[in-house]
Amino acid sequence: MISLENISLELDVDEQKIPILHDLNLQFEAGKMYALTGPNGSGKSSVARVVMGIYKQTTGRVIYNGQDVGELGITERARKGIGYAFQHPPRFKGMPVKDMLEIAMKHSDQVNCQVLRDLGLCPEDYLERTLDNSLSGGEIKRIEIATLLAQNPKVRIFDEPEAGIDLWSFERLIDVIGNSHREDTTTVVISHQEKILNMVDEIVLIQDGTVSMRGNREEIWPQIKASAECACRSNCRLGEEAYAECPR
Amino acid sequence: MLNALDKKLLEEVADLHGEPPGAFNIRKDGQGIERRSLEGIEINPKKDQPGIDVIVAEGKEGTVHIPVIMTETDLSDLVYNKIDIGAGANITLVAGCGIHNPGSGDAQHDGVHEIIVRKNARLIYTEKHFGEGEEGGKRVLNPKTVLVVEEGGYAELELVQIRGVDHTNRVTEVEVKAGGRLVMYERLLTDGNQTANSDIVVKLMEEESAARIVSRSVAQGSSKQSFFPRLLAYGPGRGHVECDSIIMDQATVRSVPEIWAENSEAELVHEAAIGKIAGEQLIKLMALGLTEEEAEEAIISGFLK
Repeated sequence: MISLENISLELDVDEQKIPILHDLNLQFEAGKMYALTGPNGSGKSSVARVVMGIYKQTTGRVIYNGQDVGELGITERARKGIGYAFQHPPRFKGMPVKDMLEIAMKHSDQVNCQVLRDLGLCPEDYLERTLDNSLSGGEIKRIEIATLLAQNPKVRIFDEPEAGIDLWSFERLIDVIGNSHREDTTTVVISHQEKILNMVDEIVLIQDGTVSMRGNREEIWPQIKASAECACRSNCRLGEEAYAECPR
Repeated sequence: MLNALDKKLLEEVADLHGEPPGAFNIRKDGQGIERRSLEGIEINPKKDQPGIDVIVAEGKEGTVHIPVIMTETDLSDLVYNKIDIGAGANITLVAGCGIHNPGSGDAQHDGVHEIIVRKNARLIYTEKHFGEGEEGGKRVLNPKTVLVVEEGGYAELELVQIRGVDHTNRVTEVEVKAGGRLVMYERLLTDGNQTANSDIVVKLMEEESAARIVSRSVAQGSSKQSFFPRLLAYGPGRGHVECDSIIMDQATVRSVPEIWAENSEAELVHEAAIGKIAGEQLIKLMALGLTEEEAEEAIISGFLK
């Protein structure tokens, strides 16, 4: 299990402290699948980055299997079994897909090609391809997901895995994430996609840098829709009356 | 007879494990020490100056190794090699130089390679440079490659310097004739106070000639690198120059690609970039369990692959 206790996060932007997360409390249990959803900029990816150790929380604790890992770096957390598939994976000039998978598999000689096949990437075509601009955004994204699957960590965080992926690959993606989930695995998917929200055990709504709701789909979905409506209404630059006339 | 050190150096620069396959010439400390010619691939020592002539017959296919190793300090070796790849031949040629400088004096190798790839011939040419030593003596390597690719010929050059060379002045001059193609990869890593200069001039002489130059380098420590790749089209040729450098620590990199056309049908492109390793790249690899140092190494090694 991984718990975030009273987490707050401020990031330095242009020499200013920008508050990102506030007093956030969240537990992810082993064997369960979670979706983190919420408006753009609400702090979903920041939660993931705090778990992975990419961002250091300003206050609060990150507890993994009973141990406070809040002071550990990214490498140590990865070695303890926490993994993260980036929303925007970086590109690497000259580095072949094969090398990235080998690193994910701790330099095993036997690259797990199945993870590529599962995501519709033929290993014969892709293993020697380099992770540079010659690959499309969707290809890079699928390779990123394949890399996390090859790493096979106990805690898996997929950050908007559907972004940039075509419809056919998206169907595969949902199957792959679902089928690869195990009883000893915690899967967290940051997503806005209804199909992904439908397949998880619990949905967590993040708003304004904290958990505003959580529960199963039946409990939470109507509230999320209502909440989205409120957000649109309050954000409508033309005011309440004009919003009422908007086609939706 | 090759000793263990010789074998290690040969492995570094020419991936050789034991006697090379095909024709070969091994030069050690200023002397040719082993040589083998084959039918259609003649290797002859020059009579008037140090070096060899490699003459490949028309249509011949095969592999040629001509590595140089240096194991003494206070030694300067200058060599002139001429390589003639006959029309229609298909040859892989592995050159390169490995220096083990055991003392505090300089060890320097200057190699001039004149290569002609005749009509419709194909040459894959690899030249790796490597240096090591314990007593602080400098390792200096100054290669000059003068290449002509004749009508319909193809030449692929892979010029690599990975660690251990204190100073290098690299000069590469290529003329590509009608229908000829050149692909050139230069990969270079410097560290400490090392310096590296690379001057490349590729001339696209006639119609349908094409060249692609890819230069990748990593500058670490306080090392200094400068690159001057020039691509000139005198006819309706096509060419692309790409210079990409990763800069680290207190290093300096200067990159000045030039394209020059004297024909309105020419199509030339150049790109140059210098930058540090992106933070997100390091984070990605650390999230897979690598330490920061391991991540840096993996990125550099991939970049220079």
